[in-house]
Amino acid sequence: MIAHAVFFYLFSFIAIVSAIMVTAARNTVHSVFFLILDFISISCLFIMIGAEFLGMIMLIVYVGAVAVLFLFVVMMLNVAQQKNQWFGSAKSSSHIPVGLLVSFIIFFELIIVVGGWKYKPDLLNSSTIIISQTTTNTHSLGNVLYTDYIHLFQISGMILLVAMIGAIVLTFREREGLKRQSYIKQISRERKEGVQIIDVPSNKGVKIDV
Amino acid sequence: MNNFYLLFNEIYKILFLLIPVLVTVAMIVWLDRRVWALVQKRRGPNVVGPFGLLQSLADALKYIFKEIIIPASSNKVIFIIAPIITMTLALVAWAVIPFGENLVLADINVGILYLFAVSSLGVYGIIMGGWASNSKYPFLGAIRSAAQMVSYEVSIGVIIINVLLCVGSLNLNDIVLAQQNMWFILPLFPMFVIFFISALAETNRPPFDLPEAEAELVAGYQTEYSGMMYAMFWLGEYANILLMCALGSVLFLGGWLPPVETEALSFIPSPFWLIFKILFLFILFALVKAIVPRYRYDQLMKLGWKIFLPLSLIWVILTASYLLYFNLLPEQI
Repeated sequence: MIAHAVFFYLFSFIAIVSAIMVTAARNTVHSVFFLILDFISISCLFIMIGAEFLGMIMLIVYVGAVAVLFLFVVMMLNVAQQKNQWFGSAKSSSHIPVGLLVSFIIFFELIIVVGGWKYKPDLLNSSTIIISQTTTNTHSLGNVLYTDYIHLFQISGMILLVAMIGAIVLTFREREGLKRQSYIKQISRERKEGVQIIDVPSNKGVKIDV
Repeated sequence: MNNFYLLFNEIYKILFLLIPVLVTVAMIVWLDRRVWALVQKRRGPNVVGPFGLLQSLADALKYIFKEIIIPASSNKVIFIIAPIITMTLALVAWAVIPFGENLVLADINVGILYLFAVSSLGVYGIIMGGWASNSKYPFLGAIRSAAQMVSYEVSIGVIIINVLLCVGSLNLNDIVLAQQNMWFILPLFPMFVIFFISALAETNRPPFDLPEAEAELVAGYQTEYSGMMYAMFWLGEYANILLMCALGSVLFLGGWLPPVETEALSFIPSPFWLIFKILFLFILFALVKAIVPRYRYDQLMKLGWKIFLPLSLIWVILTASYLLYFNLLPEQI
């Protein structure tokens, strides 16, 4: 039990410190690295409360894929050396009101959740989902997601698909003069299309039209 | 006191797993070079020790005594962390590989997800090393490898789903035990081929070694590294290759199970079967390195996204429909 508490406080300490460092780091790439550290410690916390599936999916999806793309973009955009001057600079930035609004909303939501948890502890029992204590949480998640909530699950999948297609359509542009390799064209070429044998008269040469 | 005993017991088990893995990694480098040389009708390393077996040890000693050079313009902390991350991630994944019915360090419910997660984290060592070097070739190599590893992870994930459909559990030991009657390589052979090629791409092995293509990028993300830090990248890379071979043998070749259940074969203890299978796959890796020319980058991306991903998705649908139609879906555990 002591070991459990020690690890809980270790991981939560790392999570909170790295979350602060995400915003405080001067170098944008460092921010992303702290974000990754935050994801990892939060997935450790998930695993500690027995939600091993969620923790692993968090690692695979957020750390293994999303954060890599994030890092990729930050590195490619060459904002690495751009200093974080939101609060330091003299002239006011337009980011601050938006950031304050978002953080206020998140804070408000958190208060609702924590308050509900504190003052209405029997809220959990009102849920109609039957959670068996014997199956692993991967199985019980699957049993709930693919039976009672299949429509919501499918709809959220469709929304993600539409978002993906939208992103592709928005960034897609047809480029002119692009050379593309066509395997079928290459393989189906025959000798008579590619080779032309010409007798070259001496001192005159030939004209070859390409 | 009992807790301390437990702790020491665990540490002993970890050492008992890690030291053989590290020694095998050193030996496997020698094997890789020997196979490569044999295919090309050369001798390969054959001077140090019998058959050149101690060559890797000699190389390791050389790396230890070389100076570690940290470029002045590099980001020093991340530069030093990068090889450590590569090495650590390649070694922690071995915790869940089952070497026998009860011979596994951590028999966790989500073993396969853990392996997948750790192998998907492997990209960070490379990308951090490439970025922190603050130089053009390492950065290009890191960007290439990040794109490549993320792309091929997708198809590996879908292939794992194929196997999981037949097993009904995420535990690696359950996956092995589900293959008692038939190894999954038989019904899922196309998936095995795709897995093998994706594993080559995932571990940056030839023909997909574009992140370190020496003709274009000097040595890719490792260009600025020297001495022990280079050796750690190098060991981590080979440990990752071995891990991919282990994953392949657990998923498709029946893990620690002997080919057929007979008295004669069950005489050999189960860890040896897994080791044979890992070695078999590794020799395939080494052969591919020797005989296949390097892919072009656009071909690599095309292969990953336009051929492997649709194929493995179609195969998921096929497997699921087959299992459902013939009522072969695994029982709920």
